[in-house]
Amino acid sequence: MTVTDPAAGDSTRRQHDLGGLELGPIDRHEHPRTLFEMRVDAMLMLLTHPGCGAFKVDAMRRAVENYSRLDYEQLPYYHRWLKAIRQLLVEQRVLTDEAIEARLSALRARQESGGQ
Amino acid sequence: MFAEGSLVRVLDHTIFGHCRTPLYLKGKVGEVVSYTGAWRNPETLAYHKPGLPLQRLYRVRFRQADLWSGYPNAGDTLEADIYEHWLAPAARAAAGDPS
Repeated sequence: MTVTDPAAGDSTRRQHDLGGLELGPIDRHEHPRTLFEMRVDAMLMLLTHPGCGAFKVDAMRRAVENYSRLDYEQLPYYHRWLKAIRQLLVEQRVLTDEAIEARLSALRARQESGGQ
Repeated sequence: MFAEGSLVRVLDHTIFGHCRTPLYLKGKVGEVVSYTGAWRNPETLAYHKPGLPLQRLYRVRFRQADLWSGYPNAGDTLEADIYEHWLAPAARAAAGDPS
């Protein structure tokens, strides 16, 4: 029932458009929600809420669809979201890459020094 | 506007941006089940545009056997929401065409 062999490299197929591909059985096991996942979910809900309106959920879908195949396959679901959120916040000039990197460095330094 | 019960073919064109029409439905014929209203266009919302003009969205029912070669259960169907600009009128005779 395969429509197109993924290995054939259909140039019109974006990474998310997997319907009909032969990719093996679906893992239907539930796993407990992690704090990370809930935070990413909350960030997206707040950023796309009309009261904030940083971007639309459609823009997040577009960002995720544009990932390389490697990124799309290797990143867990909410990591795909987080990567898209970062890209879109920069795209919309809410944050700059420099500001995000500076904040990440500060947080890493605090973590390494054993601080909270 | 497409009336409920009309046959429609999903357009088989390629766009290089975001769209909500999955590849496996392109070129396939289905039947309009209902009209869900007019909504902002995700193809431009995805690029921070207002998504106007509004696009009519239809619930379209496809026969699974029309979508997948060798599909075993003739009665199974699949419904998908498809925007009007992705639909063209189709003839009843074309509904069973393998494509």
